Amino acid sequence: MRGVPKSVRDLSFWLLPVAGFFAFPDYLVLGSQMLIAGLFALSLDLCLGYAGIVSLGHASFFGVGAYTAGLLALHGWHEPLTGLCVASLAAALAGLATSFLVVDRQGLTRLMVTLGVGFLLHELANRASSITGGTDGLSSLELDPVLGLFRFELSGKVAYLYAGGVAFLAFVFVRRVVRSPFGLSLQGVRENAARMPALGVPVRRRLIAAYTLAAALAGVAGALNAQTTGFVGLETLGFERSASVLIMLVLGGAGRLQGAFLGSALFLVAQHLLSEQSPAFWQFWLGGLVVALSFFARGGLLGALDALLGSLRRRGLAPAGGAGAGP
Amino acid sequence: MTAALRASGLCKRFGEFRANDGISLEITAGARQALIGPNGAGKTTLVNLLTGVYAPSAGDVYLGGERVTSLAQHQRVQRGLARTFQINNLFAGLSVLDSVLIAICQRRGLGARWFQSLRGLLEPEREARALLERLRLAAEAELPARQLPYGKQRLLELALGLATGPRVLLLDEPASGIPAAESREMFEVIAALPREVTVLFIEHDMDLVFRFAERVSVLVAGRLLVEGTPDEVARDARVREVYLGQGEP
Amino acid sequence: MSFLGVVFDGIAYGSLLFLISVGLSITLGLMNVVNLAHGAFAMFGGYCSVWLTTTWGLPFLWTLPCVCLAGAGVGALAERLLYQRLYRASHLDQVLLTIGLTFMAVAAATFFWGPTQQRVELPDFLRGQVSVLGLDLGAYRSFLIGVVVLISLGLRGLIERTRFGAQLRAAVDNQQVSAGLGIPVQRVFCLAFALGSALAALGGALGIELLGLEPSFALEYLVYFLLVVSVGGAGSVRGTAFAALALGLCDVAGKYYVPQIGAFIIYALMIVLLMLFPAGLQGRRA
Repeated sequence: MRGVPKSVRDLSFWLLPVAGFFAFPDYLVLGSQMLIAGLFALSLDLCLGYAGIVSLGHASFFGVGAYTAGLLALHGWHEPLTGLCVASLAAALAGLATSFLVVDRQGLTRLMVTLGVGFLLHELANRASSITGGTDGLSSLELDPVLGLFRFELSGKVAYLYAGGVAFLAFVFVRRVVRSPFGLSLQGVRENAARMPALGVPVRRRLIAAYTLAAALAGVAGALNAQTTGFVGLETLGFERSASVLIMLVLGGAGRLQGAFLGSALFLVAQHLLSEQSPAFWQFWLGGLVVALSFFARGGLLGALDALLGSLRRRGLAPAGGAGAGP
Repeated sequence: MTAALRASGLCKRFGEFRANDGISLEITAGARQALIGPNGAGKTTLVNLLTGVYAPSAGDVYLGGERVTSLAQHQRVQRGLARTFQINNLFAGLSVLDSVLIAICQRRGLGARWFQSLRGLLEPEREARALLERLRLAAEAELPARQLPYGKQRLLELALGLATGPRVLLLDEPASGIPAAESREMFEVIAALPREVTVLFIEHDMDLVFRFAERVSVLVAGRLLVEGTPDEVARDARVREVYLGQGEP
Repeated sequence: MSFLGVVFDGIAYGSLLFLISVGLSITLGLMNVVNLAHGAFAMFGGYCSVWLTTTWGLPFLWTLPCVCLAGAGVGALAERLLYQRLYRASHLDQVLLTIGLTFMAVAAATFFWGPTQQRVELPDFLRGQVSVLGLDLGAYRSFLIGVVVLISLGLRGLIERTRFGAQLRAAVDNQQVSAGLGIPVQRVFCLAFALGSALAALGGALGIELLGLEPSFALEYLVYFLLVVSVGGAGSVRGTAFAALALGLCDVAGKYYVPQIGAFIIYALMIVLLMLFPAGLQGRRA
């Protein structure tokens, strides 16, 4: 693998969703969900895996994006791509507004603030039911064809390609960001926030930028969700969604970009298979998995893979080069 | 001539405890000055005040004639005031090269560039490698900081300070924990710095102080006791009393 | 309902919150562990009480000491087996472990009791009203407030007058030095965790009548407990008491006087308070 440029290595995993399109034509709806969840987890990776901000309220921005896209579609603006942009902007503004609360705090206080903002928005959406539809949500959203050509239909083909295309672009974008000087400074903040001011870095400004960017991307994921499913509900803002995206990211491996997609895919497949028996069954084993993760596999699946490759390499059994897209 | 760094009546109180009490200190440009004193005298507190980690209870800090007392830490660094830490304060998971690059990119105004690939920045990388070369860390450039032996970590600590391109460099016990031969090497690197860089270092090793310092300030119980050339300070009765317990207080 | 009625209700709610949250405050202040599973410990107490009354026919009041013991036992076990490994772990790992535990607890509760509300049979003298100083106050709420006041006094006595209390205070203040002085820090942690869990379990059982009991309890009320602790300040019993009472009063008053906004006030209030007092009202650690 050594001769292959890193960009090819990092992007090659996108062959899997492409293959999936042809291999599993009956599961494209699930596939779209996996791509959207992956994008959502990617946005959290920027926040958590690179900037080191642990957030239990990231669904706030997913929800803002979802409701913005949903409301636009409901009130006459049916063009999906511009709807996506506006939703992202709305989420970015929400992120910017709340970033000031988050970046200055540490530890439990910061966690509480992210949690609080999430619950606040959820409650707000619940109360403003005349706008948001309350517990019923916004449904039967109609959208124009993507790029004027591809109409959303029941088999989910267009939705899959649309979500996949957007997720791919977002991935390329985020990859660029983390391999930039800005991305490096974020990692510096994650590794040792106290040292950064001593290097002349305005930490607060960097974190606000990272948090806002993460919020914008989460908003894109939320809008995609609204547009491809035609529905927006309160659960887009709920704690469950914030907790599950965190689990997906850690499962795949935080700080490694592809980990976000890997974790989401695994999570949703497992959920699909296991919750058929009973939701409580799924929840129990999910809880157990998360407990195990916190003890044994803190780097998630990609981290475990890296460790495995490392030990194989030491025994001369595997070539050099690592898993994941760390810079 | 304007002092490179000046403290004017600096005080720092933690409740009732006066860690620094009315310290006034002037460091001329290009100086090689040592700050010595018994443990708990308040040396690191003074450095924290000078660099902006602590806000003073009273007094001011002037950098090159400019009053910087109300400026945040990173702003002082951007104006040329850098420091290193007594206990290694590194980026455990980042490579040596990347750690140094953070500071270099920041200094060159590239720190916020989110669309530019790091690998495409040839000049900063060249500068980083040259710095590592000078500090004999070139071989370890790709290693994560946590894998370095202690002595090399201390050198990286120094490299981080130098990477900010300072006019004034505050070193907090740069050679602490390193055996004599290696610490001599480190101080030779420090001594080889150009005269444009003013150096103030805290040290306990008197051998190093006498070898490399041109002026010495003695801090005791939060106050400046004596200041002068190394010989003057060594002969001062009050200093001998504090360090060796001789004579009347 | 009169203004005094609202105040009384608020105090009752606040007392319950204090009872459950004080354990969280101690463990967070002591071990610096973010325990998101604390709601699950309270829920455990509630379901224990239900189990004892329905399957074993035990009168409600007798279940309370049993629930305390069970809570202490589970807490001590959890501390030795799981939480002990988290002391030096990152916040993310702590969040993951405790969320995982909560999910498992919620799933188990759903499996054994189903998703519906559980009820307990209260003894006759706790139903209806009692006349106190000319006012008609809810009997159960009065009982609840009385229990919490007694426990608070006991807690204060424990912390301020016993050797364990002194060791606890020392360990909260400075773990390393305490260990250096020969304080058995590990044992203090375990006992403190057990104590906190016992109180939470008791609160969960007492809260059935006020807050209800269903599997979603663990997560639904968690934010309130965390709120009380982060606003009151981790490690401070007095701060927790103030915050719990304030929260209880605001929540009840808010829901009564401005029901359209309801819980919204609480979250907004929390954010404002956290902005103003990042270390909590009386906190030692931010």
